[in-house]
Amino acid sequence: MNISNEEYGELAKKRSPGSKMYKTLPMAFLVGGLICTLGEALLNLYGMAGLNKDDAGALTSITLVFLSILFTGLEWYDRIAQHAGAGTLVPITGFANAVASPALDFKSEGFVLGLGAKMFVIAGPVIVYGISASVIYGIIYYIIGLF
Amino acid sequence: MDMFMEYVWAFVIGGAFCVVGQLLIDLTKLTPARILVSYVVAGVILGAVGVYEPLIEFAGGGATVPLTGFGSLLAKGVKEAVDQHGLIGAFMGGFTASAAGISAAIFFGLLAALCFKSGSKINET
Amino acid sequence: MKYCEGKTFCFRKPSVLSYAAVVGKAENEGPYGGEFDEVVEDNKGGEDTWEQSESLFQNKAVGHVLRKADLTPDKIDLLVAGDLLNQCVGSTYGLKEFYIPYLGIYGACSTFAEGLLLSAALVNAGYVDTAIASTSSHFSTAERQFRFPLNYGGVRTPTAQWTATAAGAALVGSSGKPPFIRAATVGKIQDMGINDLNNMGAAMAGAAYDTLSRHFKHRASHPEDYDLIITGDLGQVGSDLLYDLFSRDGVDIQKYHKDCGLMIYDRDKQDVHAGGSGCGCSASMMCGHFFKRVQSGELKRILYCATGALMSPTVVQQGGSIPGIAHCVEITAE
Repeated sequence: MNISNEEYGELAKKRSPGSKMYKTLPMAFLVGGLICTLGEALLNLYGMAGLNKDDAGALTSITLVFLSILFTGLEWYDRIAQHAGAGTLVPITGFANAVASPALDFKSEGFVLGLGAKMFVIAGPVIVYGISASVIYGIIYYIIGLF
Repeated sequence: MDMFMEYVWAFVIGGAFCVVGQLLIDLTKLTPARILVSYVVAGVILGAVGVYEPLIEFAGGGATVPLTGFGSLLAKGVKEAVDQHGLIGAFMGGFTASAAGISAAIFFGLLAALCFKSGSKINET
Repeated sequence: MKYCEGKTFCFRKPSVLSYAAVVGKAENEGPYGGEFDEVVEDNKGGEDTWEQSESLFQNKAVGHVLRKADLTPDKIDLLVAGDLLNQCVGSTYGLKEFYIPYLGIYGACSTFAEGLLLSAALVNAGYVDTAIASTSSHFSTAERQFRFPLNYGGVRTPTAQWTATAAGAALVGSSGKPPFIRAATVGKIQDMGINDLNNMGAAMAGAAYDTLSRHFKHRASHPEDYDLIITGDLGQVGSDLLYDLFSRDGVDIQKYHKDCGLMIYDRDKQDVHAGGSGCGCSASMMCGHFFKRVQSGELKRILYCATGALMSPTVVQQGGSIPGIAHCVEITAE
């Protein structure tokens, strides 16, 4: 080769186009904002229906998760995500999509070892690290409470 | 008018969370799964130090819908459980608080897998 | 015979007797739509799984090759085939019904050139009279194996390439009629230290440069001696890097260069980022488009250099880099 790997790495970086952030950022803002606004509307709706704040919040999550998974099944979610980027990734709908899409996809490998086992292949880490962080916080909170 | 501003703030704050995620995608090589993990853990920390609750008061769905909200919910659940059960609560609160979201994702995910087939992406702009 | 030295194979006998390409919907909607032998509009062809669909593509491609050559499977001495899937299942299951002696090969997206050069070498040496080189790739199977579930809303980076849903097959024998396979250079594993799963072009460009340079040298030829230099699927990033590497030697290759990954889709209308990729990409372009042009004499001498990223998701997750490979096959009209 007529070039060192370091030099080639630099060259490759130069030749690799970055994302068009003038497009990706507004789209993420718009779609993500809209999903959150929908969440707010649901919260209000369930609140008006007489649910307490925690229940309304839980039902809002359930509704958003349901809609996201329905969209995933209809092959709409990934099409919207192609344009929305983090706008569809960061909301809880992104988590639901990450659970439903491998379930759908790996169904061909069976209901137990395919669908069941692969369901958390993407979203699993969220639960692993989220729950672990919460346990650590709980222990710290308990120790602080002792004094 | 108050009602209207509530939605505006939900939109703006929620959108801002997503813009931060998009910046992480565009500027760093963080994969989507890593971004989700970072958001949840950040949510737990922000919830633990007590800055996320006020944000939820202010932005409503703009703060609860992003995965940081999920993280703060874990922290809130753990706090309540420890208050109630002591140390053992550290192992109870997280799943209790997040049960609705996770159960819904699992159950509807299973239903969707039974009802739909995985599709071939169509590469249209 | 033209000048030939070093590790380049030079052949007298082999020629391509027949060839066929089968593509999916998006590939047929690209600029070369209509040139392929068959289009599977739903990318699935009535199969239950995507893996079976990929096998179907390859089965159809070989079927068309036999039909066009008016031969039955028992008249074929060898099948050299491969694809991107683990254990090369796309080829195995797609080709088992033909019951032809079979060699499964893996060269990632360079597989078609690898199959072609092995077939040509064995025909030239006289071990076989006829051999079929065949490869396939399928967007849905590759995505499932290498990246994310199909309905997952993950974001593709601008350097990512789109795996072509396509299969190509060519029957090599010696008929005395073009297209002739005149020479081939086997690639070396070239690791440029690239470890971005979504930047295959950069991982492969170094290998393309190395093999092309050696081929030029061994054949005492220059880029301008060829009507076209066709790389497999470097995409936009890899093609730019290939020009950069050659320009360091003072060689301008851009004028004669075409990349199948940049040809197969209409990048303005189809959202494929840096271009197409996959074994089926260059195989279908060669079998759908280029062999015809050489056969008709429109192209006199072309150099087909298929590139492959020998990538393992496991090793990349462990922090490893992505080695590249490229094999050159020289095809002429006389």
